[in-house]
This record gives sequence, C-alpha cells and structure tokens, in this order.
Amino acid sequence: MNEILRVEGLSKTFQLSRKQQKIERTERKEIVAVDNLSFTANKGEIFGLLGPNGAGKTTTLRMLATLIVPDKGDAFIDGCSIVSQPEQVRAKIGFLTSELKLEDFFTPNYLFDFFSQLYGIAPEVIAERKTKLFKRFGIDRFAEVKVADLSTGMKQKTSLVVSLVHDPEFVIFDEPTNGLDVLTARTVTDYLQELREQGKTIILSTHIFSLVEKLCDRVGIIIDGQLTHCDTLEGICAGQTLEDRFFDIYKEKKGGME
Amino acid sequence: MKNNTWTIIKKECARFFGDRTMLMTTVIMPGLLIYLIYSFMGNNFMQPKDEEPAIMYVENLPESVHPVLEALPLEMVTENFDAEKLRNELVLKDSKYILLVFPEDFDSLTAQYDPISGHQMAPNVQLLYNSASEPSQQAYSMVSAALDAYESTICNRFDINNTVDGSAVYDLASNEDVVGNFFSELIPMLLLLMAFSGCMSIAPPSIAGEKERGTIATLLVTPLKRRELALGKVLSLSFFAMLSGLSSFLGMMLSLPKLIHADEMGLDANIYQVSDYVTLLLLIFSTVLILVSVTSIISAKAKSVKAASAVMAPLMLVVMLVGMIPMMSGTKVDSIAYYLIPIYNSVLAMSQVFAHEAHLLPIIITIAANALYTVLGIWVLTKMFNSEKVMFSK
Repeated sequence: MNEILRVEGLSKTFQLSRKQQKIERTERKEIVAVDNLSFTANKGEIFGLLGPNGAGKTTTLRMLATLIVPDKGDAFIDGCSIVSQPEQVRAKIGFLTSELKLEDFFTPNYLFDFFSQLYGIAPEVIAERKTKLFKRFGIDRFAEVKVADLSTGMKQKTSLVVSLVHDPEFVIFDEPTNGLDVLTARTVTDYLQELREQGKTIILSTHIFSLVEKLCDRVGIIIDGQLTHCDTLEGICAGQTLEDRFFDIYKEKKGGME
Repeated sequence: MKNNTWTIIKKECARFFGDRTMLMTTVIMPGLLIYLIYSFMGNNFMQPKDEEPAIMYVENLPESVHPVLEALPLEMVTENFDAEKLRNELVLKDSKYILLVFPEDFDSLTAQYDPISGHQMAPNVQLLYNSASEPSQQAYSMVSAALDAYESTICNRFDINNTVDGSAVYDLASNEDVVGNFFSELIPMLLLLMAFSGCMSIAPPSIAGEKERGTIATLLVTPLKRRELALGKVLSLSFFAMLSGLSSFLGMMLSLPKLIHADEMGLDANIYQVSDYVTLLLLIFSTVLILVSVTSIISAKAKSVKAASAVMAPLMLVVMLVGMIPMMSGTKVDSIAYYLIPIYNSVLAMSQVFAHEAHLLPIIITIAANALYTVLGIWVLTKMFNSEKVMFSK
C-alpha cells in the first residue's frame, strides 16, 4: 500500500477560559483534546475517525487541515509537514466541514472561479472542472443564484464542490453528512465512493456507525483524544457489529458505562 | 404588569452588566478615553505658548483711555511709528500687532457727543487687526473688550470700528488667509471623521463578519498566504474608504462656501492650487491606510461585527478630539517629532495645507510615518490571521 498520510504523536491541548470552565463544569484550566495520536492512511482508501462528540475527531482534522497547530507531534501529507509546510499541505488537500461557510452574497459560479484562482488553476481547467462538478451535483441550474438564496442542500453541495476545485488527492471531511437531508447525504456518500474509485484518499470523521460501515476501508476509534483501535472494519469488529464493538471498546476505555 | 416591567428591567440589566465588552465600551471606555485624551492634550498641546505678546500701536492715545490700555498685558507703543506702513503690513498673516487709531481730540469729541439726540456721528475708534494672525486676533479681542467696558462707563459716547461707512475694513486679513484659517481648523477634523466612519462601516463586516459567518476559515484552508490576505483586505478596504472619503471631501468643499456664506462675506473659497489638492489626497490616503489597519486589527480581534463596532465607537471620539487639536492650539508645532504621531500628524499636515503653511519635509515625514505604521498594521494583521486563538476563539 502507498502511504499518503502519516500522523506521528499528534497532541493538542486547549486552555479553558472561565466561561468554558463554567460550561464544561470543570475546575481544569486546560483540556487535552488530542493525546499522542498516531496512524497512517494509504492512497486510495477511505479512513474513518469514529468517536463520540468531544473525542477529538474535529481537532485532529483541523490540525491536518493546518487550521490549528499541534502542540506536539506532526503529520505528513504526501510528504509535506503540517507544522513546517502548511502552505504546501493546503495546496494538496480539500477540507470540508460544516464550520466552513461560503459568502452568501456571491453565486456558486463566482465562488468556484474565486477559489480556483486562489489555488492557481488555469482558466481553461477551471471552466472544464466547473462544468463537470456543477453538472454532477445539479448546481448548474443554480450557478448564478446567490448562495443566500440557495436551499440548505444546495449550499452544502456548493461547499463540497468549492472545496474540491483543485481536484485534491487528499480530502478531509469532518462529519460529511451532518445536517444534510437524506437526498443530499446520499449524493455526498456516493461522491465519496467515486473519489475513492478515482484513487483519492479520504479521511472523514463521524459518529454514525452506518456511514463507517458503508464507506470506510479502515477505521480509527478515538475516545478522549486517544486512538484506542486502528484497523480494517473486519479487524476491529471481530465478528460483532461495529456498534456493539464500539460500545465494548468505549466501556473498556471508560471503565464501565452508565 | 408592574412585575413584568420589573422582570424586563432585570433581564436587560443582567444582559447589560453581564456583557463585559458592552460594559467596557459603553461605560468605562468613554470616560477613560476622554480623561486620557484631555490629559494628554492638556500636557502636550494646550500649554501656553511662549510667543511674545502682540504689540499695540496706538495713534492719538487720549489721556482718558491711557490707563485702560496700559492695564492690558500687551506692549503699548504710542509714538515713533509709521501708522501708514503698519496699516499696510497688517495684511500679512505673521504680523503680531494691532493698530488703534483714535480721533484727534477724542476726549473733547466724546464729551460733546450726545448719544440721545442721534444728530451726530459718534467718534469712531479704529481697531485694525489681522484675524488670521493669532497674536493680532487675541490682542484685538482683549482691546475691544477693554474699550467696550470703558465705553459703557461713559454712556456709549464712542464707537469701535463702526460700519457706517461701508468701505471701512478693520480686519486686514486677506481672503486667502481668512478662508484658509477657517478651512484648516474645520476640514481636517471632518475629513478624519468621515474617513473613520467609512472604515467603521466597511472593516467590521469584511473581517469580523467573515469570522462570524465562518467564511474566513474557508479562505484559511486554501494556499492563500496570510500576508496576502491581510494586504488584500487592507488595500481593498482602503480603496473603499478612500472613495467614501473623496465623496465626503467633494461634498464638503462644494458646500462650505455656502455654509460660511462666502458670497455675502465677500470671501472666495477657491483659494487652493492643484498641488494643494494632490498633497491633500496623498495625506488623506495615507491616513485612510492607518485607519483601515487599526479598524481591521480591531475587527480581526472581535468575535462579531457588533463587538467590533462597539469597540470602535469610543475610538471615534478619540479621532474627533485629535481632529480638534488645530482648532485649539493652531497649526504650528515646535518639533518635527509631532509628525510621527499617527492621526495627529495627518490632521496637522492637512491643517497646514489648508492654511497655506505647509512645508515639504513635514508632509513627507507624515506620509512616510503613516506608510510605516500601515506596514506595521499589516504585519500585526498577518500575525492575527495566523493565530488560531484569534481566528477561531469562541
């Protein structure tokens, strides 16, 4: 297998403000979001990070996307360090999360061109790619409609398309179907499979077992910022359903569940 | 009903006093800023000038008025001067004197004058001065007040600068100096306020708004360099603020002659050359760059457009107060270092251009200093765009 991602001892701690301490109901002044995380992903596979809310999945993906810097450790995407070569990493990856929004004022057409220019893509390539992607996601009919006037599903599709303007080899999706209606969610999952068929690598985070079972070649289970298991779906499940296996792992980690 | 009103009041109080930013920007900062700015201005700009007092030349000084004038803190010269020459030279802006011309036999004329009959003209005391010269203007105010007080003690038996003869001119300041002085005191402050309000309306939506809406994160995951983002933001916002500033400037220059009733006062407001406008444009642009940098930094730090605007509101007060300094302390400074003080340097330089007192070196220093501060501002903004705490703090 061709390794495209290597994560080495990635750690991230957040300082808690008084307000956050109050929300979290804790006296702790900091919280370890990701604790010495290491794993690899191979070219052409879908790697899923599975864990409950607050496990550190999003923080891990945000570090991989170079939006935040790890306190310790490093990760290498196609040989580029997220710590010392963030700009090169950004050029190689596509990152999509519900946190990333598009300017309401602009149209999908304008935004596609704008983001393509930021990636330094040639105009003729932009036009070709735009036609293909817009048609694939049914955006072509709404290309000149302002984002503000698009339906939620169409906005999500536009965000997805915009994150892929540069046809990246490595795609990071944080909760790819979160908040989507069933039709849009299906479009997205189908497209993720298409991307895999094209040889792209996808890292996604989710807490939805069925999504992992449907899409992922390998899975990393993350609880309290630590990677407890990392294997193929079959390797992790060992004859159980993913859901049952996950709760066993969770119990082991937490020492019994309420 | 009463209970509900009280419940609403309590909720509003909890909202207001629970929001530290709101409390800071609406209650603490205005008072604190005014205290700091006034103290700073008092210590640095409003100190009594060491200028020599104006000289008061008096022709035909009557015995009766002598003690009145002698009591004034002005040097009085009553003989050995050429009144005609002084009158001619009083048109110069740097003249530091006033000229009083009493009618010969002033005392007997005032004694003979019957203010009730109205058949004769009251003796007229000419008080010639130059309103564009600060010492001359100050001396005029002092002397006219003293003479007014004296006049009332003798039942208004004389006039000061009467205008019965329509051709009489007592303020010998040139049109250019009068209009220039007026413009130099008012327009820089107005321009500064317009530019700042322009920045206030465009920087928060562009930066804090992008943070708030989550669109800046979309930009930050692209290979776009943070420096390019900062530079792009500052330059484009400066251009918009400049357009807003130009619009205000044009409106102001076209309306001011009407505002000051220039036609009725016989003043011509078209006293500036193309070079003056070019200089002003450069000064305004360099000032806008600084204002945009500052408002961009505030916007980058703020978590929302509302929070950014709340912090900027008291700053508007600071800008206004700085803009008022030339009104209070004039356009002359004794050290070139003043041209390094951001915002104040621009106000000073613009005032000098309007007053026709500008010199090349201070203008170059002002523009260079502003450019330097802008570079510094862009550097800070780049650091902020790089900081996950600033960009993604909740």
